[in-house]
Amino acid sequence: MFRTVAELVEIAENENILISEVMIRQEMDVKERTREDIFADMERNLQVMEKAIEDSLKGVKSVTGLTGGDAVKIQEYMKEKTPLSGNLLLDAVSKAMGTNEVNAAMGTICATPTAGSAGVVPGTLFAVKNQLNPTREQMIRYLFTAGAFGFVVANNAFISGAAGGCQAEVGSAGAMASAAIVEMAGGTPQQSAEAFAMTLKNMLGLVCDPVAGLVEVPCVKRNAGGSALAIVSADMALAGVTSRIPCDEVIGAMYRIGKTMPSALRETGEGGLADTPTGRLLKEKIFGSLA
Amino acid sequence: MKYNSVFDIIGPVMIGPSSSHTAGAARIGKAARNLLGSEPSFAKIHLYESFAKTYKGHGTDFALAGGLLGFETDDPRMSKALEIAKERGLSIEFIEDTSAVSHPNTARLIIGNEENQIELVGISIGGGKVEITELNGFELRLSGNHPAILVTHNDRFGAIASVATILSKHKINIGHMEVNRKDLGKEALMVIETDQNVGEDVMDELNKAQNIIQVSMIAS
Repeated sequence: MFRTVAELVEIAENENILISEVMIRQEMDVKERTREDIFADMERNLQVMEKAIEDSLKGVKSVTGLTGGDAVKIQEYMKEKTPLSGNLLLDAVSKAMGTNEVNAAMGTICATPTAGSAGVVPGTLFAVKNQLNPTREQMIRYLFTAGAFGFVVANNAFISGAAGGCQAEVGSAGAMASAAIVEMAGGTPQQSAEAFAMTLKNMLGLVCDPVAGLVEVPCVKRNAGGSALAIVSADMALAGVTSRIPCDEVIGAMYRIGKTMPSALRETGEGGLADTPTGRLLKEKIFGSLA
Repeated sequence: MKYNSVFDIIGPVMIGPSSSHTAGAARIGKAARNLLGSEPSFAKIHLYESFAKTYKGHGTDFALAGGLLGFETDDPRMSKALEIAKERGLSIEFIEDTSAVSHPNTARLIIGNEENQIELVGISIGGGKVEITELNGFELRLSGNHPAILVTHNDRFGAIASVATILSKHKINIGHMEVNRKDLGKEALMVIETDQNVGEDVMDELNKAQNIIQVSMIAS
């Protein structure tokens, strides 16, 4: 079983297989399941992601009214204007936000690695898909590659905002997506690791400060930022840019930063954006005297 | 390792909005129901730290209720679980507890019905993954990665051997086991993680073994 990104990359290089394949073989081995079974389960997850994006593009609204509708706005803007950040990037942003809008509206999503960060992996997947034209199998492999990197983070650091802040959630999700994009685009396992490191480095220190304690503000927009960064880092790695600090050490830094983060900034809804005049006002409006 | 499957990371499929506060809470509720072994009629739930501060916004309350009713994380009835609990005669009380705990997403559940009552502590460690860390005053570490049998027994010689003999007779391999007791010679708890789910026949046999007080199971 691989414990670190270095081990994961080493196995892939030594056996001359993809990162996704290392993850698939480990899952078969640990869970004593067949490849067909595992693929079928991941296909089901992929369908849930696809459905959530479809639903979001019809327009959704959360119970509180704080979020919803932005994914549609961006899609319309893309049709009418030429986006400065490019169509692919903005498509990913829109689909990531859309997935999280569905989540906030208590719709069905697939946690990747968490619900609060569930937009980044599918959002990027369904955007790069239009340019890379992957097979269905390659799309499923995208999720195994993302999962392999997330697996290392979960076992060596954390993936929940309550434990390590948003850097552990959207930070991990964005980094996982970067690594998966690189593999789908034909990059090497090491380039996946570089892309992962570069995204996570840019997310270090990000706190979890949800307004009124809800997975809405700023979560939906952080999914937008996470997916944009994922694509940029993937391009950097594919161009040959490497991270000066090795991937596993970046994960270690994320862990130590999370450990020193005060509780007010770890999903308690007490600090950061939650504790701004508007944040407090929104909380009062939503929960009234109950809060 | 805390996480041992890719589906802990890519998954679960769930009703939003939070994997730790909604899906994880539902799984803690479901584990509690399994450990009780029947439908509870009351539940007193203490919530701590992040759970206590944000449970209303995250639906932690209905998710715990849904789990107690036996719902999976992606059950479409989830957001209506509090109403359904009322209809099914399950009364639930939530307490925002300010006591210090070691994990930010902690819940203590006291649940029961006319026959039985249990008290347990569950933590939601992220991405929908949970651990049960305390049961009826015994510390334990139940990950839910594997099926597990929990045996409450009298702290006497031979109690462990009799359980191990029954499992061996049914060719059930023990992957991990721990024994915990409150006081010498009093009640003790065996937590046995097995490689496969254990059938009703085995559970019946364990229940009848000497010095065994109660047996429950968590399937995987």
